Parts: sequence; C-alpha cells; structure tokens
Amino acid sequence: MRPMTRIAVALLVCAVSWASASAQTPGPTVVLSTTTSTQDSGLLDVLIPLFEKQSGLTVKPVSVGTGQALALAARGEADVTLVHAPALEKKYVADGKLLNRRLVMYNDFIVVGPEADPAKIRGEPRAAAALAKIAAAGARFVSRGDKSGTHILEQALWKEAGVTPAAPWYIESGQGMGATLGIADDRRAYTLTDRGTYLAFSKRIALKTLVEGDRALFNVYSVMEVNSANGPRVNAAGGKVFADFMLAPATQAVIKTFGVEKFGQALFVPIAGKKDEDL
Amino acid sequence: MDLLWAGLREALRLLVTGDREVVTILLLSLQVSGLATLISLALGVPAGAALALLRFPGRTLVVSAVNAGMGLPPVVVGLFISLLLWRSGPLGGWEILYTPTAIVLAQAVIAAPIVMGITLAAVQNVPEKFRLQLLALGASRLQMVRVVLREARLPMLAAVMAGFGGIISEIGASMMVGGNIKGQTRTLTTAMVLETGKGNFEIAIALSILLLVLVFGVNWALTAVQQRRSV
Repeated sequence: MRPMTRIAVALLVCAVSWASASAQTPGPTVVLSTTTSTQDSGLLDVLIPLFEKQSGLTVKPVSVGTGQALALAARGEADVTLVHAPALEKKYVADGKLLNRRLVMYNDFIVVGPEADPAKIRGEPRAAAALAKIAAAGARFVSRGDKSGTHILEQALWKEAGVTPAAPWYIESGQGMGATLGIADDRRAYTLTDRGTYLAFSKRIALKTLVEGDRALFNVYSVMEVNSANGPRVNAAGGKVFADFMLAPATQAVIKTFGVEKFGQALFVPIAGKKDEDL
Repeated sequence: MDLLWAGLREALRLLVTGDREVVTILLLSLQVSGLATLISLALGVPAGAALALLRFPGRTLVVSAVNAGMGLPPVVVGLFISLLLWRSGPLGGWEILYTPTAIVLAQAVIAAPIVMGITLAAVQNVPEKFRLQLLALGASRLQMVRVVLREARLPMLAAVMAGFGGIISEIGASMMVGGNIKGQTRTLTTAMVLETGKGNFEIAIALSILLLVLVFGVNWALTAVQQRRSV
C-alpha cells in the first residue's frame, strides 16, 4: 500500500492547508444576486472590495441570469439583488417579495452589424424600425435565444416592429453575448448587444455600431432589498447596507468613470435618486 | 494563431510573475479537488471492494448503478446539491452554499462512483482462486481483503487519476454550488468561462494551459508511482 499511502499523505497536506485557508472567512456575509453583466463588465470587482472595506461585511455575489437572480431573491436565497428587468422587478415588489426598489445606473444596448449594412439601418433612430428593415431585407440576425435580459428586450423590439422573426435569416445561438457576437461576426449578421460586451470584443470582431440612443435600448439597473419574510436566514440589515452603498455619492462617482481607462468610454451612467419616468 | 501565442505568453507571464489572483485560483482548485478526491477514496475504495467481494440479491442492479454513476453529469450533481444547500433547503442551516466546502461536497459526489467503479473492477480482476487460496491458508476475511487490495493497488491508482482528473476539469457543479466568487470560490474552470465571456481570451487560454499542465503533472507523478517496478 505504499504508493497509496503516499497519495493519502499528499492529499492530507491539501486538506490541512485547506482547513487553514477556510478558517479565515470573516463574520457576517451579504449574498448579492445579480446578473452576469455586472460581473462580466468587471464593475463588481471594483465595487465589492470598496464596500467590504467600508462596511466590514463580506459579500457573496452570485451572478446568474436576471430571471434566476430575482427568483433566488424572492426565495430568500439572497439578501439584496441588483438586476435590470424593470417590468419583472415591479411585479416582485408588488408581491412584497422585494422591497425598496431604487434605480442605480443604466447602460445601453446597441444594434451592431456588418460594415456593408445590407438592410440600410445605419443611423436609424428607432431600434424597432431598424429591426423591421432587417426583416424586410431578409438580412441575417443572430439572437441569443436564451431568455436572458438581452433576449427579452430583443423579443419586445420584434413585437413592436410587428415582425415574427424566423429562419433562415433569423439565427438563434443559445449562448452568451460574447459567443453570440462571434457568431454574428462570422456570419456577417446583425445582432443586439449591450455596449460593454461589444466594447470588450471590439478588438476581435469587425461588426460596427449602427443603431444607438433609442430610449427603448436603455438598460436600467435597480437595487432591491429582500423581504426577511421570504426565508429563515435572510440578512435583511446587511442587504440594506449594500443597497445604500450602491446609491452613495462616492459609489456613484466610481460607477461614472468605470471603463473609461480600459475602453475609452464609460460603461454605465449613474442615476441614483432618479425615477423611471425621469429617463 | 496570434491569439494562441498571446495566450501562451500570458500563461508564461502569469506563472513567472506569480500573479496573486492566478495563484489563489490555482491553489483553490488543487485544494478543493484534492480534498474531494480524498473523500471519494475514503468512501469509494471500501464500498467498491465490498461490492466486488460480496454476493447478495440485487447486486447486479447496484453494480449497474455504480457504473452508471461513473458518468454522473456534474451539472445534475450541482443542481441537486444546490437544492439541498439552499437556505430554504434541508441542509440550509449549514450555510455552506457558495463556499469552497460546497464545491468539495459536489466534487466528492461526482468522484466517488468513479473511484468505486474502478476499485470494483480492479478487485474483481484479482483471480477468485487466489482469494480462496488465502482463506484456505488460514487468513481471516479482513486479512484476505487487505492482501487483495494490495494486489489491486496498481489499477486502483487509475481510480485516483480518473477521479481527480474528472473533478479538477469539471465546471457545471463548481459554478452552481460555488458561484464563481472572486477570491472565494473561483476555480480554474469557472475563471476560464468568465474570462471567455468577458472577451479576455489571452487570460482564458493562459488558464487552460495552467489546467493542462496541472492535470498532466499530477498524472505524471501518479504514473511514475504506478509504473515503478519496485513497488
């Protein structure tokens, strides 16, 4: 059994170093359910250390799809949630599952496509009108097709355009934004993307920004606290501290300049204190 | 091709400079998967050996279940462990969801059937006549099992390799029960998915190379032990 003993010793060393590593987790934690976009953009990596330093609390950010982030919060699996699905959010607030919905920031979506622009949508002020043109021209369009926030917005825009998109020109990727941009680039197709992911990928793809600035393309993030009645172990107080932090002037200032250094433009616009109708 | 080279350069740079974030991720992956392998061995070896040596009604069914379990999809394990560990779940009171402990638990569940199945096959490969002979020579059953396990030790190293290799490269369960939290539960594979999603292909490639080197290194060490003649 000698070789086995050796392996066991090696593994035991792992286990011991493990125990010492996991012993250093500090006291109270706040579970934040949020969307992948806040993490993929790198914003959380900047804000969370700042928050932990200020509050002495530890944050566990769980980045999932918008629908799942809200569902987790409603079940009391999280203490605070930061998402971007206003209609859905208001439903949860109306049901009393989530409390104190406050706007934090927005970023925007853009319609990108090939330089040649076969459907002639460049500069079209309304996104829905641009999609109608794409459908009329039968130009290729790649959809996320994954019920993500981006996909839900896309479906709403098709509805507004009065078009039921269909194959062969309509392609469903079933993947994340990055992979979808790659497919759209490869097929010289149009797609709807958030600006942050597009900027991150712009080095690698030839797609151009063709439609931007429509109010319908604004992607508004809100923070909501979880009702402590949702579950037995909700840290409602910690959740409130985090929500307040997101709206604090110092935090909003960080959000305002986030991304400038890396992409040459800010990824988010801070809007603490504003209401939906102000935008 | 330029991306691949950039990735290789990045991997080398991260290794040489000992980038703190990468080192944290690397150590966590090693510790989590190492500990999970240890647990799966503690459970899988005795269970596999018992299953190989005992005869009881319904044994074929159990053996089939173990063999099927060797292909247990990690994302299924991840989902069920999450449900158990949720605050509202039966083990919610442990408060270990989104901690490395939860990943160890999930990975041990994934690796245990692999270890069990390979142990089962290895022990069954020791000729039955040999076992009978041991008993005839006056060995107790426990002594017989010890000698048989000793005979089967080389193929059982394959169990360690398969178990460890399977879980260090696993992603579905680590993502679901760990949450890919920076500095807490971010492992090599979840970091790779994140960096790819962010469009940081160089870092993703660098992490893949680190993972491959790690898996190769561990298997190399184990193979060296396995193939050494004097054991």
